[in-house]
Amino acid sequence: MENTITIEDIGKDTEILMQVDVKNLMPLQGDFPDKEWGEINSDTKEKYACILDNLCVLQIPMPKTPEEEEELVNKFLDGMRKLFTKENNWTFFSILETTMEHCAKCNTCSDACHLYEATGHNEMYRPNYRSEIFRRIYFKYIKNKPFAKWRYGDVDLNWRTVARLGELAYRCNICRRCAQTCPIGVDNALIAREIRKIFSQELGIAPPELHDKGSMLQLKTGSSTAMNKLVVKDNVQFIDEDFSEETGFQFETPWDVQGADILLIHNAGEILAWPENIAAFSIIFKAAGISWTLSSELAAYDSINYGVFYDDVQFARTVLLQAQAAKNLGVKKIVLGECGHAHKAFTVIADRVLPKALNTPRESCFPILRDIVMSGKIKFDPERNNFPVTCHDPCNLTRLMGIIKPQRDILHKLCPQFREMNPHGPYNYCCGGGSGFAIMSRNNISDWRTQITGRKKLSQILDSFSDSRGPEIQKYVCAPCSNCKGQLRDILRHYKLLEKEQLVYGGLVELIVNAMVDVNPGYIKWEDEG
Amino acid sequence: MIYLICYAAIIVFAAAIVYRIMDYVKKPLHVRWELYPVAHEAEKAEYGGGYLEETDWWKKPRKKSLIGELKVMIPEILLLKAVWEHNRSLWYLTYPFHLGLYLIAGFIGLLSIGAVSNILNISIWMPIAALTNLLGPVGFVLCIYGACALFYRRLKDPVLRNYSSYEHFFNLGLFAVTMVVAILTWLFVDPNFNMARAFTVNLITFNFGSMSSSLFNLQVVMGFIVMAYIPLTHMSHFFMKYFLYHDIRWGDEPTIDNPATDAKIGIVLNYPIKWSASHIAGHGKNTWAEVATFNPAQEPPTAKE
Repeated sequence: MENTITIEDIGKDTEILMQVDVKNLMPLQGDFPDKEWGEINSDTKEKYACILDNLCVLQIPMPKTPEEEEELVNKFLDGMRKLFTKENNWTFFSILETTMEHCAKCNTCSDACHLYEATGHNEMYRPNYRSEIFRRIYFKYIKNKPFAKWRYGDVDLNWRTVARLGELAYRCNICRRCAQTCPIGVDNALIAREIRKIFSQELGIAPPELHDKGSMLQLKTGSSTAMNKLVVKDNVQFIDEDFSEETGFQFETPWDVQGADILLIHNAGEILAWPENIAAFSIIFKAAGISWTLSSELAAYDSINYGVFYDDVQFARTVLLQAQAAKNLGVKKIVLGECGHAHKAFTVIADRVLPKALNTPRESCFPILRDIVMSGKIKFDPERNNFPVTCHDPCNLTRLMGIIKPQRDILHKLCPQFREMNPHGPYNYCCGGGSGFAIMSRNNISDWRTQITGRKKLSQILDSFSDSRGPEIQKYVCAPCSNCKGQLRDILRHYKLLEKEQLVYGGLVELIVNAMVDVNPGYIKWEDEG
Repeated sequence: MIYLICYAAIIVFAAAIVYRIMDYVKKPLHVRWELYPVAHEAEKAEYGGGYLEETDWWKKPRKKSLIGELKVMIPEILLLKAVWEHNRSLWYLTYPFHLGLYLIAGFIGLLSIGAVSNILNISIWMPIAALTNLLGPVGFVLCIYGACALFYRRLKDPVLRNYSSYEHFFNLGLFAVTMVVAILTWLFVDPNFNMARAFTVNLITFNFGSMSSSLFNLQVVMGFIVMAYIPLTHMSHFFMKYFLYHDIRWGDEPTIDNPATDAKIGIVLNYPIKWSASHIAGHGKNTWAEVATFNPAQEPPTAKE
């Protein structure tokens, strides 16, 4: 299949629009063979409109009749019209409209995209490809501009266009690196998010991992992990006991402490997948004498907010519950644990959603961790961290929140062999799990995620350890974000990097505890989690 | 008739700019969607950091640096720095085009100063006249080069061609032809821009005396049409960029202790919401506040644990 497609091809009556050829993928530094990721299974193909490429993330029900095809188009247009009204989309209306109206179509943003680069510059992954289709529909059908075809270019709006555009919205990590390079300030990543919103908010179609098993499950049980408050408290108690014994440092995680200084909110996925992260926070806060608590109220023990990836209403519902829990406890501030999207969602985006009564101040965990490490309250032995360490910058923390230095101050103090990735800070590359992909492994999504969306990050990691390659030297990627860790876990497994490179990943607090003199040595382990 | 076109063009130009700005400013509050580095974050902007790097940031005074913003905006506006850094091959085409437009804007400004001098019976300061004579032709030439080069690039580069509409080619062609007419007028009719200055005097004083050259008249009409046309197209980015940068990309103003934003939040949360998906609609909730505080997934309390 050709590597080139035109804008008009989006509505073509073909089985799929195009397919990424693994032969065209960006080369990696070393012996890391790529494999064709499998076909979508036939059941999925039958049920859903998997007509973009050989992947099916969104799962749009396949229309069976011309009437259903027409209905899909009409509903999409209804949603798109609502997207451009201040009442229905006050959250992003002005940002979106300026992005629609002022793009010069210069494609300066293209090379900033790690997906576009990883696929060997596949046209489908160009940041402006989906945006251009969306813009042409906007000018022709929403704005009804005279001579729209002549002025803005044509697009054939049929059910295939709609289905492919919806799926294309899930070929973007929404890392907004493209927006960072735009000379005008246009944000093509936002367009991907807004298309996702049309499908969720108008058509009721969203990836099950984000909606049914994500935000809805969180609203139902309190966490997208399905842990209710009894289960989560039990699990944390086990963590307390296990790690008190392992570290020789006795601690007990506090719950629902009225009037505590800090309400800490973890990504609850850590409790199940990376309990050492939960324990590390409890150890550090206890050692530093911090007044803090967790909350067992609905949604308040899980900082995740998948609405930020696809649905403003679900986003607002979640932050309101979390903020209400803080108010009920009467804490002075909320601190977000190591989860990038929760940081961005609750600290920044929610800032203009929460009414004044619920606007308890919120801050990242990294400044307070930096203050603790620098304060001298805890004794450290940096020699315990004397192995090559690099830092992955979660997009939400860095490019989207400007939290760059606190984590580096800690790494420079505690990790003698710390080295930066290139580029880093606000110019970082996404891990490839951003915007919800990290929690998706259905069908062939994992293969795609590890080989395409995570490819640039892997290349950066290998580069940063170019002086210490091979299985003889233990290495650590500090990835202080739950979603990023999920993505790195899959990349490392896919390419067998523990065996080949003695490469492990983890958070920042694990490095802090690993260097604590009052804790038994060996908090970080070079072994597969199984 | 020519004067009528000129006045109409000036009115359209100004009205379009005012309309677009007002249309943006009157839009409701949007959520924060900033992108770092945020240029006004003083010394933290050097590495892309911001005030959220501080513990208890809401208790500390905000340090905002106008100089920091200028350090970003001036190279961006005058040199198109982002294109230079991220799309170098295009910069060699688009920068001359934009520089040409800047010089022409300067030329028009100087021409107006000269015209006002004439009206006030003050002889034009020589450097102004000399600079007018320099900026005009150089601007025309650069603009012609840039417009033609961009036209060719959009036509021949299969990638850019895919993203170009007829309007792109029309716009570039319009600029090129207008500037060719301008340079021909300069070469053969008005080498010292005395006629242009006299016409500007007439425009300012509402003296509708006719100009002797058809080529000059054509140049005036085309020039004013282009001027009126620019803010009606995506080229309105020349002023809307201010909002795209300052209000969106660098819009990091927190809401805590900000009554004005609190009041705006109160307004938008009471907007009606009409999205149709079942998790939003069908529960008898009508406003954002009602919908956002409704939990469609909540089990009855007895079944919760």
